[in-house]
Amino acid sequence: MLPRLVLRLQPSALALYGAPVIALIFTLAFGYVLFASIGRDPLAALHAYFIAPVNSTFGLSELLLTALPLALIGLGLAVGFRANIWNIGAEGQLLLGAIGGGSVALALWGEGVPGTFILVCLTGAITGMAWAAIPAFLRIRFNANEILTSLMLIYVADQLLGYLVHGPLKNPQGFGFPESRLFSAEAQMPLLWDGTRLHVGWLLLPVAAVGIWLFLSHTLAGFRMRVGGDAEPAAAYAGFSRPGMIWLSFLLTGGLAGLVGAMEVAGPVGQLLPTISPGYGFAAIIVAFLGRLTPLGVVLAAHLLALILIGGENVQMLGVPSSVAQLFQGVLLVALLASDVLVRFRVVWSTPARRAA
Amino acid sequence: MTPAAAAAPLADAAPRLRVTGVRKQYPGCLANDDVSLTVQPGEILALLGENGAGKSTLVKVIYGLVTPDAGTIEIDGTPATLASPAAARAAGIGVVFQHFSLFHSMTVAENIALGLDTPEGRRDLPARIRAIGERYGLAVDPDRVVGELSVGEQQRVEIVRVLLQDPKVLIFDEPTSVLTPQAIAGLFDTLRRLRAEGRAIVFISHKLEEIRALCDRATVLRGGRVVGTVPVAGASVNDLARMMIGQDMPPMGSDHAGRAGPVRLSVHALRLPSDTPHGTALDGLTLEARGGEILGIAGVAGNGQEELLAVLSGERPSPEADDVRIDGQAAGRLPPGARRKLGLGFVPGERLGRGAVPPMNLAENGFLTAHWRLPLTSRGFIRARDRAAFADRVIGAFKVATRSRATAAQALSGGNLQRFIVGREILSEPSALVVAYPTWGVDVAAVAAIHAALVDLRDRGAAVVVLSEDLDELLSLSDRVAVLYAGRLSAPIPRADCTPERLGLLMSGATPLDAVTEAAHAA
Repeated sequence: MLPRLVLRLQPSALALYGAPVIALIFTLAFGYVLFASIGRDPLAALHAYFIAPVNSTFGLSELLLTALPLALIGLGLAVGFRANIWNIGAEGQLLLGAIGGGSVALALWGEGVPGTFILVCLTGAITGMAWAAIPAFLRIRFNANEILTSLMLIYVADQLLGYLVHGPLKNPQGFGFPESRLFSAEAQMPLLWDGTRLHVGWLLLPVAAVGIWLFLSHTLAGFRMRVGGDAEPAAAYAGFSRPGMIWLSFLLTGGLAGLVGAMEVAGPVGQLLPTISPGYGFAAIIVAFLGRLTPLGVVLAAHLLALILIGGENVQMLGVPSSVAQLFQGVLLVALLASDVLVRFRVVWSTPARRAA
Repeated sequence: MTPAAAAAPLADAAPRLRVTGVRKQYPGCLANDDVSLTVQPGEILALLGENGAGKSTLVKVIYGLVTPDAGTIEIDGTPATLASPAAARAAGIGVVFQHFSLFHSMTVAENIALGLDTPEGRRDLPARIRAIGERYGLAVDPDRVVGELSVGEQQRVEIVRVLLQDPKVLIFDEPTSVLTPQAIAGLFDTLRRLRAEGRAIVFISHKLEEIRALCDRATVLRGGRVVGTVPVAGASVNDLARMMIGQDMPPMGSDHAGRAGPVRLSVHALRLPSDTPHGTALDGLTLEARGGEILGIAGVAGNGQEELLAVLSGERPSPEADDVRIDGQAAGRLPPGARRKLGLGFVPGERLGRGAVPPMNLAENGFLTAHWRLPLTSRGFIRARDRAAFADRVIGAFKVATRSRATAAQALSGGNLQRFIVGREILSEPSALVVAYPTWGVDVAAVAAIHAALVDLRDRGAAVVVLSEDLDELLSLSDRVAVLYAGRLSAPIPRADCTPERLGLLMSGATPLDAVTEAAHAA
């Protein structure tokens, strides 16, 4: 008896919801063995991963705070990915948003302008868009592969941020450390929930999710993006401009990533540092695919990924090495993505004898 | 006639291919119901049937692509379990499909190498491709990139690929639809040679004249069942048609004559280099289609058809705005959407993937181009109810056989999808409609419906340009026929003056175009 995969005519509803459950069970079993094998209490480790992050209000707020950047960027990426436009550089666009927003915050430092944080967010979105416009332009004008250009611009953005916090934007009273001043109060994101770090930026998440859903399923522009991804010749035939799609997807993701960057520096971070993102822009790519490029899926996937990111930090406090924590995270993601096969294919057991005939 | 003599005793022993009691149930559709047929060595069996009669399913069962719910297949009297196409090929079955499976970015030889089951087969491949091409009249350059080949040339690649495997049973799914009369004669010659070698051939076509010219027996399918098997020699075209559709053939529109109105679509002396290395440059091409006429464009594949279509649709802009005019408006530099707003409709040759988005449903596929001319959006938002109503209108008016507008385009048969695409374009009320290969691989009933719809559109005053490689179709449909050769278009010839010989000469470039042009102007 050998298993064989047969394409399903219709995705199976049972598999659609059952596959993630199977993946989770597999991951839990794997984690149990993994943590036991390095001599840690497996139940305590799994508790730290999946229960501890959500069994206190502070834990829950941290989960929402971590999921926010992942979800916002993932939503933008999902739109472009639906059209087969591959913006891999959201991390760089996030950094530029942080630089743009942070510069405004620092320029207005101590001026006491009420609502500065709004200006910070807007500037961040615009600088993120501007950074995303570079690979879009290169793609349209020179047909340069956007995967490479957007990816490489991340490293440029990283160096730019490093230069600024070591130089022009360094805190004059900072004893030479590569950090900016702490933003003044009016430039910081107001808190949504007292006693936590969750800020008003979170309110943008439902707005963005519903907006992207409306865009993809109910607008002409969203329809064009989907046609562009499903059948590019059909899009050309129907007169849907490819450059238009490229601009739209890059500016949308760049704007969202830039906004996220600005909200990070004006929110939980509170200043410009050489490192301000733990790789949200990269993780959002996983989030977009994990969420099957649908708005609701992306939001759910962002929270799942946030959970295992926080869980990974928690288990390190139990003495689990960070490499093992990352290994476990990797297994969970691979299991989830691999279980997708069951949604599109069904397993058929057939005997070797029959196949040979 | 040694091969035939050798084949004769075999015929008494066992049929080369015997299909018995095949049944295949799809969700909501019984595609094959107790289907049986036999093909003897050295015989060409016609498999006839309308859209959705179950021909394609049967081919897929024989080729191991679909597992039947019941039924057996025997080859040379031995029961065969065909669990995969590889097993079917190993058993000696080769299929030339209606939809090609070729990688457009690879060369002919690379594509063929990919289809071979054993690595030994790849040795001397280009030489063998050329040899087979010469032997069977299927000339094709192994080093050319498939994406640059015309539909007709791509089909030759598919046939060569199958012949390389030296199959005992050959199945051709609508093979003549893309060929010129001369090339069809060549293909028939090929098929007769294959028959003389003792191979069994299943020939699927809806062109009844071809079946009468070529085949020995015909098995007719209707609604998934075998209606009957008859010797072709004794059957008339009408007999076959009646078996196939259960009634007499619908008349082809031959009793019409258009009245020429104002010029609705024109191309003026356009020179345009090809954008692919093996394409054909347009070399001073002039075209003028008037309202109230159907202008047919004949020509062998690869003479600039793809380039002309791209220039008309707007997918390739022209150097000057004046190069293309729609209803008198300069449109040469306009993109496709703007041209549609001016009144252009367009049916591309490639149905699935260009004319329709395969995974999207019919409501979305109707919206695809219709939204340019009909009020199906407001302020950038899709008006879902109007979009659905439009799709329903197309489905109803053009008798598209589908469960509902929520069915994906890829689930429709070729003929039904073409009904939908043509219907979508016509119900967008164009003033000029360009149609490429309108009835390629489409069943008789759909051909009649599509032709009638084009004539009706013309009678309402639109200009219709039909580009086809099927001369019979052009001669029955067009008011004037022009021939595309080497990137130039001959002066149009009124249908009354068209003969297959005259067009055939123009298509092969034998007559200097200028002389013909002058003669036509003088006349």
